[in-house]
Amino acid sequence: MVQPIRKTTLDPWQDPKEEPYVRIEKVTKKFGDFVAVDDVSLNIYRKEFFSLLGGSGSGKTTLLRMLAGFETPTEGRIFIDGVDMTGVPPYARPVNMMFQSYALFPHMSVEQNVAFGLKQDHVPKDETRRRVAEVLDLVQLGPFAKRRPHQLSGGQRQRVALARSLVKRPKLLLLDEPLSALDKRLRERTAFELVNIQEQVGVTFVMVTHDQEEAMTMSSRIAVMNTGWIAQVGTPAQVYEYPGSRFVAGFIGDVNLFEGIVVEEEPDHILVRSDEVACDLYISHGAVVPRGAKVAVAIRPEKMSVSKEGAAGPGTRNAVVGTVREIAYLGQFSTYLVALDTGKTVRVTMPNTNRAAEMPITWEDRVVVSWRPLAGVVLTQ
Amino acid sequence: MIQASPPPAAKPAAATPVAAPPTLAARGGFQRALRHRLLPRGRSLVTVVPVFWLLLFFLVPFGIVLKISLSEAAIAMPPYEPLFAWAENVLTLRLNLGNYLFMLEDSLYAVAYLNSLKIAALSTLMCLLLGYPMAYAIARAAPEWRSPLLMLVILPFWTSFLIRVYAWIGILKQEGLLNQFLLWLGVIDAPLHILYSETAVYIGIVYSYLPFMILPLYATLEKLDLTLLEAAADLGARPWKAFVSVTLPLSLPGVIAGSLLVFIPAVGEFVIPSLLGGPDALMIGTVLWNEFSANRDWPVASAVAIALLLLLVVPIMIFQHQQGKQQAAEARR
Ligand SMILES: Nc1ncnc2c1ncn2[C@@H]1O[C@H](COP(=O)(O)OP(=O)(O)OP(=O)(O)O)[C@@H](O)[C@H]1O
Ligand SMILES: [Mg+2]
Repeated sequence: MVQPIRKTTLDPWQDPKEEPYVRIEKVTKKFGDFVAVDDVSLNIYRKEFFSLLGGSGSGKTTLLRMLAGFETPTEGRIFIDGVDMTGVPPYARPVNMMFQSYALFPHMSVEQNVAFGLKQDHVPKDETRRRVAEVLDLVQLGPFAKRRPHQLSGGQRQRVALARSLVKRPKLLLLDEPLSALDKRLRERTAFELVNIQEQVGVTFVMVTHDQEEAMTMSSRIAVMNTGWIAQVGTPAQVYEYPGSRFVAGFIGDVNLFEGIVVEEEPDHILVRSDEVACDLYISHGAVVPRGAKVAVAIRPEKMSVSKEGAAGPGTRNAVVGTVREIAYLGQFSTYLVALDTGKTVRVTMPNTNRAAEMPITWEDRVVVSWRPLAGVVLTQ
Repeated sequence: MIQASPPPAAKPAAATPVAAPPTLAARGGFQRALRHRLLPRGRSLVTVVPVFWLLLFFLVPFGIVLKISLSEAAIAMPPYEPLFAWAENVLTLRLNLGNYLFMLEDSLYAVAYLNSLKIAALSTLMCLLLGYPMAYAIARAAPEWRSPLLMLVILPFWTSFLIRVYAWIGILKQEGLLNQFLLWLGVIDAPLHILYSETAVYIGIVYSYLPFMILPLYATLEKLDLTLLEAAADLGARPWKAFVSVTLPLSLPGVIAGSLLVFIPAVGEFVIPSLLGGPDALMIGTVLWNEFSANRDWPVASAVAIALLLLLVVPIMIFQHQQGKQQAAEARR
């Protein structure tokens, strides 16, 4: 996916004067003995596009439902715009939700579905009509206003659901896997639309997804969830480039992990020795890890390269020899699986600057895998 | 007559292994044609069963009753004149419309008919008002409670209908359980006259037909997607508003089905009014029963039955036809 371009102003989560719009304070949710959400604390700021990313059953939906008011936290509190939401029923919250299943009213037309929320607020008739028409234009569903939900395609239904949750101009919009029912092309287009709409209407979005690509392209920040707790919160680039743990590194994108021990620790670099690679891993940014600590070094496949020339062997740094086992040709780039002599297999992605026929590296070639000193990330967790 | 399996001619073609490409194409075309011919046939096979059922169990008896309603009463066995007479090479068909005219002349029938409609309509309304909360409560109960609760609704069917109506005599009569209980409570000073009144008929009908209201209502309410109610709440609807604008309209098919299931048999009901009702509880069912058994006037009884059927079924059929057309139109749009 291509990343939609975001305007860069001072990010609210870095501004100490900024009040968080949503404050989740040590929230725990138990179903019987089962802990679905475990002591989660989060601050979400105005106009953010915040994503909750995690595997199936990690508690994303449960957290979202607590924001909407459909579940009550077993422990902890939720504040929206400074107001404690404990005991506030869903119909009284300044929040609208777009349901994973869309939950469109089957006995109402598209128009009536969208107008439903305004009717509850006793908005005058002509204003209702105007706002419904406006929001239907926004999601490009004007011509379908008179149809019933069952006469629409999956993508159109999804946009009705979006329109219905947008028309009340909520301060906070919750989206539960809004794109999961769409095919790849439509998903990409709708992702763009969502981001554009969010920028147009200036609403705070909280989106649940299990698709890391979706989270990366759309969000201002991502919270990575793992079995009920939050593993890391950060911008897509932070989470991708500086994962805080082995779990996050493995969950977002592909990664090569080398387990080892810190043998040198200086302000400007550290050196990690691993049984899995024949050379030492030289990392040219400081990390606060003592000598002798057990760590993992994570290197993204696109930050490594394979070539037929180059020096490698004992004593060299960040370069090892291996045999090409698999090549996956993906058009604009290729992925190589290289078996190192230690038995470890590494994954390397390289752009295809030459045409396929002229590619110098083929199966079973002996190659040198190398990476730059900045490529590795040291993980202690 | 109707074959489900392909005719023998198709078999060799299907069994021969693939040969040259042209034959293959030809075979595919043949099979497609075969499928086209078989498909409508398969469908008509399916529709034969209900059509046959309707013919045997509705149209034939209806024809017989219609025939009797057009004949004259006679002291004979069966107690009516035949429609066709064959004498001196002349076949005469005598259609006697007198029975229908008689029904129009004697206001008893019109009064009984209107009274039946009133009693049935009010009973249906009461069943709906009682049955809806019950069906709703069962549909919203914890899953492990639903089956036992439904069982309790159906349980009365396991004893005879007649015995249950007789049991109500024991409850409602002057010195019956209800009066004794109310006297004991001190709510009343003298026993109430409930038995042999229209009130008793209402009680009997509502009691007997309530399950027919609850079951279809439960079926629609149980299917209802609860996230729709969450969506309504999310959009600002309070629980009562969400019920009125989402639950109620979506349970309308159950309301209609349950109401028809109560209303139609209640109009023709004769056991309950004749056992529990007094002289004021005049219903067309009891009138019909009296014509048939006490007066032994089969032709008038049949005429009453035909009139009842037409007055009941024709409006319902028109209603359903309209609904079908509306649905088809909506689906096309
Ligand atoms: N009402 C409930 N009763 C009992 N357990 C529940 C309930 N709702 C959710 N859970 C459990 O809580 C855990 C988290 O569920 P949740 O729906 O939040 O997951 P999720 O992260 O949204 O997963 P997915 O990506 O599959 O939608 C799951 O193990 C689930 O089984
Ligand atoms: Mg979920």
